[in-house]
Amino acid sequence: MSSTAADDQFYREYILDHYKNPRNFGRLEHPDISHEEENPLCGDVVGMDFRVKDGVIEDVRFHGRGCAISQASASLLTERLMRLPLNEAKKIGKSEVLGELGIQISPARIKCALLPLKVLKVGAYGLAGEDEDEE
Amino acid sequence: MATQTSRLDVAAIRKDFPIFETGIAYLDSANTSQRPRQVTGAMMDYFERFNSNIHRAAYHIAEEATDRYEGTREKVRAFINAASTKEIVYTRGTTEAINLVAYSWGRKHIKPGDLIVLTILDHHSNIVPWQILAAANDARIEYVDIDERGELRQDQFHDLLERSPRLVSFSQVSNALGTINPALEMVAAAKAAGATVLVDGAQGAPHQGVDVQALGCDFYAFSGHKMLGPTGAGILFGRRELLEAMDPFQSGGDMIKAVRIEGTTYHDLPWKFEAGTQAIGEVIGLGAAVDYLSGLGMDAVRAHEREITEYAYEALSDIDGLTLYGPPPSRRAGVISFSLAGIHPHDLATIADRDQVCLRAGHHCAMPLMTRLGIVATARASFYVYTQKDEVDRLVGSIKEAQRIFQ
Repeated sequence: MSSTAADDQFYREYILDHYKNPRNFGRLEHPDISHEEENPLCGDVVGMDFRVKDGVIEDVRFHGRGCAISQASASLLTERLMRLPLNEAKKIGKSEVLGELGIQISPARIKCALLPLKVLKVGAYGLAGEDEDEE
Repeated sequence: MATQTSRLDVAAIRKDFPIFETGIAYLDSANTSQRPRQVTGAMMDYFERFNSNIHRAAYHIAEEATDRYEGTREKVRAFINAASTKEIVYTRGTTEAINLVAYSWGRKHIKPGDLIVLTILDHHSNIVPWQILAAANDARIEYVDIDERGELRQDQFHDLLERSPRLVSFSQVSNALGTINPALEMVAAAKAAGATVLVDGAQGAPHQGVDVQALGCDFYAFSGHKMLGPTGAGILFGRRELLEAMDPFQSGGDMIKAVRIEGTTYHDLPWKFEAGTQAIGEVIGLGAAVDYLSGLGMDAVRAHEREITEYAYEALSDIDGLTLYGPPPSRRAGVISFSLAGIHPHDLATIADRDQVCLRAGHHCAMPLMTRLGIVATARASFYVYTQKDEVDRLVGSIKEAQRIFQ
């Protein structure tokens, strides 16, 4: 019980805020791109809908359920994606997503943090399979 | 040997487990148990004093290794009251034991259109091998559902038995909910319906033990690492006439009598099913684990777990926003699955970890059950011979801390 500071460091205020009040949460009607992924280990689900016009992400919404890390990571990512050219969105890497979260993520939880990025990558590239090594 | 009325001396038991010197509260024994010095010591003894291969070398340390390796078989036979050591097959664990049956028995005996009866409570290791078999042999699978208490619906089970299933396979105790299934009655009914019956004892053998002759099942599978033993050593019990008629699972060295270009004669039971160099040190460790549990007495083990489970169930029931899954404590083993409103189990487990409380979060290899319950995951606390109330109190503290963080 002496580790309250460490807990709060991990579950920082803005992470909890994104978890409890997720930005861009919901679905889009007639999205140009829609993709959903599941983390088979813990059952976390994240899906994203995109409206793309002239190569730019005009609108994005995410839906899903899961732990604070996966849901906050999705919420943060949608903020970054809004009105971003799709080409630039495709270049977003793991380090950028982890940097955005701004906390030390243990190996056991890294898949939670990166699940939304996987949704973006597989959706944006129209890939069907795994792309774990995508950087 | 402890008597039925004896209570476990948990403080003394904990001194046998060096890991508790680290200060952890270990509430994940349904996942894997801790191992006492007696087990690691028996293994080190082999590695450092008489490490050698079994069944073939002529020198004395190899004889000792063979004696100790085969000695575990008699300890296990006595522990589960099998009729013969020929019915005790070493495997890597429950998963391999069930796969062995699915492959060696199932491929021969499951015919197109046959019915296999499983339950929604089962662990993936008692589902997936049968799904693969059913696909290969064109058989069907039906799953016995649970009621609102997380107990198997016996009415539905009996309806399925009327359809003359070829195989019935179910767990003695649910790893996800802790439900203790009425195994004795279920085996008797399934046998009466003409089915071959496998009981998954992964959560049964370590916590309440088993008498396979009284139970009357055809196969019984369990793992060493959930009962104070090492990983990599488990047991398949099979009735002798069934094992005799089965083909080998894996083949190669040590499972043969004679290999000729024209063909091979397989070894006698149980070695027919033990191809290649075995996990000798681990099997010896499993023997020491059986000795340890036998010394405590399985009635005392069960009584202690029941006491801890009742204590934990009550403590968790008092927490606002906490949902408990499964039957009341008197009808469950030392496993408690729960969820917290607004806090994902993984977040709780991460926060508990900061307090050195080891808690499982996830689907517990029981995704069909999670789907049935309409959830994706639970947090799970599970107990064993060394669990003390203080560890439960620490869990309660971690839960309250998580609720504070998530406001």
